[in-house]
Amino acid sequence: MITVVQPGLYTTVQDRGRFGFYGVGFPPSGSMDQYSSAVANILVGNNPDAAVLETTFLGPTLEFEQDANISVTGASADLTLDGISIPLWTSVSVKKGQVLAFGAAIAGVRNYLAFTGGINVKPMMGSRSTYVASHLGGYDGRVLKPGDRLEIFQDSKPKEVRICCEIPEDLRITPRAHQEIRIVSGLCHYLLDPQSQELLISKPFTISTEANRTGYRLKGDQLSFVERRQPFGAGSDPSNVVNLGYPVGSLQAPSGSELICLMRDAVTGGGYATLATVISVDLDILSQMKFPETVSFESVTLETALRLRSERAQRLRNITELVNSIA
Amino acid sequence: MSTYTQFVDGSQASFGGDEFIFVEVATDMDLEATLRVIALTDAVSSSEISGVTDICPAHVSYMVRVDPDIRDPREVLPILEEIHKRKAQESKLVIESRIIEMPILYQDPWSHDVLMRFRDRHQDPNASDLEYCARINGFASVDEFIGAHSSRLHIATFVAFMPGNAECYQLVPKDQQLEAPKYVRPRTDTPDRALGFGGAFSTIYPVQGAGGFQLLGRCAVPVYEAQQSFGPFEANAVLPKGGDIFQYRPIDMGEYEDIRQQVEAGTYKYRIGVLEFDLSKFREDPIGYPQTLAEVLP
Repeated sequence: MITVVQPGLYTTVQDRGRFGFYGVGFPPSGSMDQYSSAVANILVGNNPDAAVLETTFLGPTLEFEQDANISVTGASADLTLDGISIPLWTSVSVKKGQVLAFGAAIAGVRNYLAFTGGINVKPMMGSRSTYVASHLGGYDGRVLKPGDRLEIFQDSKPKEVRICCEIPEDLRITPRAHQEIRIVSGLCHYLLDPQSQELLISKPFTISTEANRTGYRLKGDQLSFVERRQPFGAGSDPSNVVNLGYPVGSLQAPSGSELICLMRDAVTGGGYATLATVISVDLDILSQMKFPETVSFESVTLETALRLRSERAQRLRNITELVNSIA
Repeated sequence: MSTYTQFVDGSQASFGGDEFIFVEVATDMDLEATLRVIALTDAVSSSEISGVTDICPAHVSYMVRVDPDIRDPREVLPILEEIHKRKAQESKLVIESRIIEMPILYQDPWSHDVLMRFRDRHQDPNASDLEYCARINGFASVDEFIGAHSSRLHIATFVAFMPGNAECYQLVPKDQQLEAPKYVRPRTDTPDRALGFGGAFSTIYPVQGAGGFQLLGRCAVPVYEAQQSFGPFEANAVLPKGGDIFQYRPIDMGEYEDIRQQVEAGTYKYRIGVLEFDLSKFREDPIGYPQTLAEVLP
């Protein structure tokens, strides 16, 4: 058991996410930065489906009532064990009675804390991910609170994990204050007028203070829509459509005045025109960004998006080999 | 590859990043398009396409989610195109459906308390949501509006937004369709199980939270149960499915409290009947046909 002394700002149990229930209103949830979350699991010998803790800006303080192997990836932050600084992006052995404490994120937003065995919470609809809005999954369907006790799976034959196996710099994430975020055009992109189509991929947008697991609101130039007869049942604003499904990562611009990128806990549908979709590898990058950082959108083909996704998978395989070769 | 692919039936498909395919069957709300979407997505589902993780029907469009680590989404698009081609030749619009009775306390005190807190965000701060809906739809009284809303059935045309939420379109001739705008600015609070109405759609709010629909009442029974502890929730945490037909039955406070006790005890039995919904029969007799559906309720 591991006791939550301080929960941090917004700490939840997450895994790869929930599949198969999008069509009845369940967003996938799951780790916002899937890459960092996967690396954390690999470092402690878990399979990629194991549940981890995701932190936001400030992680928790945890007291261990048992020995455990852990790893922390994601944002750069000061991490201490019994007050002594320990590194991120490496596996660490923790002894019973020790206290792990996170400092505030210095660059990036979210940290991923994995334990050998994974966090033992009841899977709900095939996933241990927390979806707070519907009180589903994770630890009681909510963010962690002081006094919560996390149970770790105890394998009968614990996997050998090499302690202090460090991930090389070039395989870590590097949060920056400005990023190119790649999108695939489609959905209702045809409803944007030609100047706004150009503006979307030529002008920077600033991440607002409303940027969380549900969505990232971005400020930039006003976008405008083509003039048309509004469809029956759509609503009167030119940005309105008859309610439709929203892909994770899709961009919308209610009234054209602000841009919203839907994240992993977003509503699964609604009545605003969807304009393009952030590719999955860049959702990892966007998830580590915050107010008042900026992004520029670059339009790419689906082929490019799929190639980048394969490269991410290859990097994770390389890391697995690296970790295994040392162990 | 261009951004959009046109199918033979006039539908337009495009990719939503590397995981989603979006297919727009129509742009206007139209019950025929809704039933085509249900028929198409049922066909996609029974095709058991490898790599497809989620199939998400909406009012007049749908999405398919693909796991690109299993299947290249570019291979899935021609399969969808083939299904559209096959289905375009079918003219019969019949879907498997259920009819479910939802006991509603119209004008309930909890929704009323909430809506009074947000009058500054409403079109008509001096009236209740029900008084406003009655007036703009040309009814002399709230009771007449409740009569029009509850005496005819409602069909779920988009199950989305959050788990348990289902936007339902009333099965009435088009000239009798009730309508109301959403709040000018959304409320930050809504009781769970509140019956909301916005555009031409009714919904029961699954959980407490923000919302913009006009508040008409409160349903005595849940549409979402995270713990999956009783009745239909043991199999599925959400009650509504696309194409389900709902009968909102007005109840009084005494019956509301009685049903609440049954729900709390886990002994409440939902009244659910299985049926087929045939669009052509509805078009021939939009008043009489839905009444025959209501008779299927046990």
